[in-house]
Amino acid sequence: MIREKVLEILMENRPDIENIENAELVNDGLLDSFDIVTLVTDLDKAFEINIDGADITPENFNTVDSIVELVKKNGAK
Amino acid sequence: MHFEFKNKKITGILTIVPKNTVKFDDEIENYNFTAKQSMKLKLVMGYDERRVATTGVCSSDLCEYGMNYLFDNNLLKKDEVDALIMVTQSPDYFMPATSCILHGKLGLKKETYCIDINQGCAGFIIGLIQAFMLLEQDTINKVVLLNADVLSPKISKKDRNSAPLAGDAASVTIIEKSEESSKIIADVNFDGSNALCLNIPAGGFRIPSTSETAIMKEDEAGNLRSLDNLVMKGDDVFNFVLNKVPEQIENLLHSENLSNDDIDYFICHQPNRFMLQKLADKLGVSYDKLPNNIVEHFGNASGVTIPTNISFNLKEQDRKLKVCLSGFGVGLTWASMILDLDVLKFNKLIEF
Repeated sequence: MIREKVLEILMENRPDIENIENAELVNDGLLDSFDIVTLVTDLDKAFEINIDGADITPENFNTVDSIVELVKKNGAK
Repeated sequence: MHFEFKNKKITGILTIVPKNTVKFDDEIENYNFTAKQSMKLKLVMGYDERRVATTGVCSSDLCEYGMNYLFDNNLLKKDEVDALIMVTQSPDYFMPATSCILHGKLGLKKETYCIDINQGCAGFIIGLIQAFMLLEQDTINKVVLLNADVLSPKISKKDRNSAPLAGDAASVTIIEKSEESSKIIADVNFDGSNALCLNIPAGGFRIPSTSETAIMKEDEAGNLRSLDNLVMKGDDVFNFVLNKVPEQIENLLHSENLSNDDIDYFICHQPNRFMLQKLADKLGVSYDKLPNNIVEHFGNASGVTIPTNISFNLKEQDRKLKVCLSGFGVGLTWASMILDLDVLKFNKLIEF
């Protein structure tokens, strides 16, 4: 459920990224800091969480799995 | 470094912003954002209006205008100015110091002590600390602190990391000796190993400006800038702020057994709305108590955002407030201060 929602938000923000589930989003230059800012805002709203500012690092947004872990760490259920 | 002071207070703040307003909506095509992303970022980051000096206007021009406003309105007398501190990253010249240029233009007395400090986003607090130290002298009763930056000419219009936020402004702050002995506390930290995270690479003695340094190049994110332009590693700066600043503020509060509830306002440097909201969340304070509305109205004018914040948000102040000031950025520098802010003799924002 969490993974599906994360994927939905990612694809809504960046519909142009192909094979998003297997991509290294930051390392491959697909997401930049502005994408991360808008993603954080959408994730906070969708999961009713408040992602800790100190967790907003490129590593935590590099893959779908790392984003799922991030939202779980910040209280998503 | 920890600092403590007594018997000093801020007695007036005047903020000077250029009349010229630039709107984000008119610049969207510069930034390589999709239309949808632009609208989202406008809300999240606080991109809206910013004040930008017109060509040829320097930091010292804004300061001179502000000082003459105070003289003309009998809010300050020339012979009262015992020290003039100019905090800027955009001086008129490499030499002499801009405070000396202003000393001459303003016709200040020969005894006035003049000093320039090269600081940015933490510059208001660094300047206050300098002022408080000067006031320890018997010969100094009133210090004028000038914070000013006109950095917009150094920012590429095609650099979306910096351009949508860049603002120019100046402030004049009067600091005096006080009978009241409430304690002022401050912590200042530096991380010079990351000094170039915010940098103008060329134009100094290390890399002089040449036709080569003026060549615009595209980075991996599609930003266009030259070595003569300001460059900011946004991710690194963001991460540094959200890791270091809350810890510094919390330590400062704990050092005096204070809690968030004892502070009326957290008046912070304002790089963008998103960072300020995350900072407020991390500290556990409401957005009302930690205002984040300066960038959307004026842009980020480095060391001037804190005085602008006070002039804009606390202009109706009718009682003594306990405030926590916090500035963070170039250096890297992060500095926080807790002090009582009495009702000011003047607290105003004017246009140049």
